[in-house]
Amino acid sequence: MADIGMTRRSFLKTGGAMVVGFGLGPALAARAGAQTTAAADKFLGKTVAIDAVDGFLALHADGTVTLFSGKVDLGTGARAALTQMAAEELDVPVERIVMIEGDTALTPDQGATAGSAGVARGGMQIRRAAATARRALLDRAAQRLGRPASDLEVKDGVIAPKGGGPGVSYAELVGEQRLNLAVNQKAALKDPAQFRVIGKAVRRPDIPAKVTGRHRFVHDMVLPEMLHGRAIRPPAVGATLLAVDEASVASIPEVRVVRIGSFLGVCAEREWDAVRAAKALKATWSPGTGLPEQARLFAGIRATPVVRDEVLASRGDVASAFAGGGRTLAATYEWPIQSHACMGPSCAVADVTSDRATLWTGSQSTHRFRTTFARILGLPQDKVRLIYLDGSGCYGMNGHEDAAADAALLSRAVGRPVRVQWSREDEHGWDPKGPPHLLDLRAAIDDRGEVVAWNSEAWLPAPTQGLPNVPLLAPLAAGIAQPMGTFAGMIQQNVDPPYQYPNVRTVIHWIKDTPLRAANLRGPGKLANCFAVESFVDEMAVLAGADPIEFRLRYLKDPRGIEVIRRVAARIGWTPRPRPQTADPRAPVLTGRGFSYVHYKHSENYVAMGMEVAVERASGRIRVTRLVCAQDCGLVINPDCVRNQVEGCILQGLSRTLFEEVAFDRSGVTSLDWRGYPVLGFSDAPPLEIELVDRPTEPPIGTGEAAGTPVPGALANAMFDATGVRMRTAPFRPDRVKAALGA
Amino acid sequence: MFRLVVNGQPREVAADPETPLLYVLRNDLGLTGTKFGCGLGQCGACTVLVDGQPMRSCMLPVQAVAGQAVTTIEGLGSPERPHPLQAALIEEQAVQCGYCTPGIVMAAKAILDRTPRPTEAQLKQALNEVLCRCGTHDRVVRAVLRVAATMGGR
Repeated sequence: MADIGMTRRSFLKTGGAMVVGFGLGPALAARAGAQTTAAADKFLGKTVAIDAVDGFLALHADGTVTLFSGKVDLGTGARAALTQMAAEELDVPVERIVMIEGDTALTPDQGATAGSAGVARGGMQIRRAAATARRALLDRAAQRLGRPASDLEVKDGVIAPKGGGPGVSYAELVGEQRLNLAVNQKAALKDPAQFRVIGKAVRRPDIPAKVTGRHRFVHDMVLPEMLHGRAIRPPAVGATLLAVDEASVASIPEVRVVRIGSFLGVCAEREWDAVRAAKALKATWSPGTGLPEQARLFAGIRATPVVRDEVLASRGDVASAFAGGGRTLAATYEWPIQSHACMGPSCAVADVTSDRATLWTGSQSTHRFRTTFARILGLPQDKVRLIYLDGSGCYGMNGHEDAAADAALLSRAVGRPVRVQWSREDEHGWDPKGPPHLLDLRAAIDDRGEVVAWNSEAWLPAPTQGLPNVPLLAPLAAGIAQPMGTFAGMIQQNVDPPYQYPNVRTVIHWIKDTPLRAANLRGPGKLANCFAVESFVDEMAVLAGADPIEFRLRYLKDPRGIEVIRRVAARIGWTPRPRPQTADPRAPVLTGRGFSYVHYKHSENYVAMGMEVAVERASGRIRVTRLVCAQDCGLVINPDCVRNQVEGCILQGLSRTLFEEVAFDRSGVTSLDWRGYPVLGFSDAPPLEIELVDRPTEPPIGTGEAAGTPVPGALANAMFDATGVRMRTAPFRPDRVKAALGA
Repeated sequence: MFRLVVNGQPREVAADPETPLLYVLRNDLGLTGTKFGCGLGQCGACTVLVDGQPMRSCMLPVQAVAGQAVTTIEGLGSPERPHPLQAALIEEQAVQCGYCTPGIVMAAKAILDRTPRPTEAQLKQALNEVLCRCGTHDRVVRAVLRVAATMGGR
């Protein structure tokens, strides 16, 4: 095996650097997020209190600043944006700020990096901490310089009189001392007119290392004496382990088989040996607990017992309005089970001894999972440390935490650090899934073409009250107690319409169970819900004989929503039309336009989208030929990072709408690779036209989720305009489109 | 013992002959820029050049490349001296999580070596060999076309 050149003992003694950005200077490596444990460990013992400025910031004698962020960069550019927010309030150049992320020993618990809250909430906490520090430092400088603070200004970390004259730097005022300040929750934040760095397209610090192969992902983490481990998942969901034939891997060098209950794993000195041992190991399993027949998934959902009904929206008198005559319309929409389908299978490194545990993970929620891992390992919480390192694109709770649990159990069993990386089959088969959505919509339209009643209902898996996280596979198999249940994020949001119809009722039927373990998947539930709502509004417009954009604007009062809609209509050159075109039955390629609008969660981003498609009759392939999106996300911290996020949301949304559906049989998932679960390729990715509405005086809103949610509706509406065929079941794979076209 | 030439350096590794090159690069030679994505040759995250040809290192036994020249992402350029393709990706900020990026860069290098001035459609068709899940497609295409326009792929 590779000569690691250092024994574990000497390593522990020296606390040697474990992660080094090759080829990068130390400052660049640190800024790039290649956190070195050695560099970070010098801060051990610092406060992580969320109400203390020292929880977030350390000012150094060399003029640099360390920012401790509980929110992490999941590939979103948060590393740039959060640094900008700190830099702005401190008046320090971004280049002098190094960010340490998601280390439970060093960063405040700011909650999971989820729900697009990284910048919106986490960033604002950082701004308040930085503004508190700046204010206190101004007061100290005023004393030192014998001038009132109001006469002083801060530039690049130096406080000096406004008219010129000698000043004093933060470094001189603070040195390496703690600030010992409580975060002033009402600290005056900088006036947007004074922004120097917020609103600028500051380049992401991690990209040079990422394009040159120097960036250290959790997958690249190496510890002295580390073994490579693999967990062996059962052939059927819920199967228990009956017997293991260790002789089946006897020919592979230095393999250790670990069995704890039905948790089965292997460890080896060399990764390839672990990989082939995991494949070769013969084990006998009981039959599984069984899954429903995939073809009957939605019928099964309708038949699943309802735990409780939640009235999401209720306005006017829907029953009377439906009874009052007029034309009615009803439709059912189905959204499939989908996978996070990360490019890099989940990975983690664990170093667990009898009295402490350290885990390196790409988890979006290291703080929350510290509690979970303390319980799983039977250790006090303060003896468990989770350290975030970049994983492969995190779009919600994928397999990162499961891989960490695999590594933790294996490390404890073999008494050495263990790295576990899942196989492609593990990832596609066992990552927690976005649950299926079933929605029924009904509307009534009067003789004048006005909407008089709206009713929408969705059948969704009920969240378990107080569940800290979705149950993890390894402890589940090992028989280690953990809270059981389901939580898939706020999947009920946006089942109610953003339009001001007079009589509206929206009910969520929370059902008892869902096949396959569910968890939050980017924009939880909202792609499915907005697909149904925005498709149905389009159906209503057809019935009302109205132009789909005019029909939406008629019932919208919110000026920010109206603005994004108008911008898309203008940019795409929308021609109002009372009804879709009539498709030429002989044309080999049918073209059309569709529109959709989402007010994300009814409280966050405003997104409008217009799309042009070409549908190939013979193949059933849908090509998006033009895509225009306008988004209002409040104050824009970094316009290029926001654009990158919006683009990513749209293309992933397109991928999920066109291609993605988890396939399963009665035992388990059968779509176990990129052929069984295809994602968007380069040829299917259209050029994107994006307009951001900057609103400097509004609070910033996260952009990691919203722009994907209008995609399925816009696509279905464009497809209808092109072909006259309404797609109410996603994904719109060619075979399904072909069948719908009757080709 | 296998002799390889990796990024211009002669290297010797002791490994089972069937060991995929990917693990040798990552674990024996410390070149972790090349990524494991599927082990099935479907996603391209592990793409390296062998004697100039793009190969999936996850499925390529080390014995099959003995004596040949292997170029990895680290051999193309560094943060201080990036290859024009890498520089263009930085310029376009064409990265999100970046896990697939090394494979995309190596695939793009091979595409431009073969077709120095591809049309956009040709480029996209060729890039279908590699997958990106974060949705950087638009930016990657812009970056590669920019390189093709300025240097004809060299």
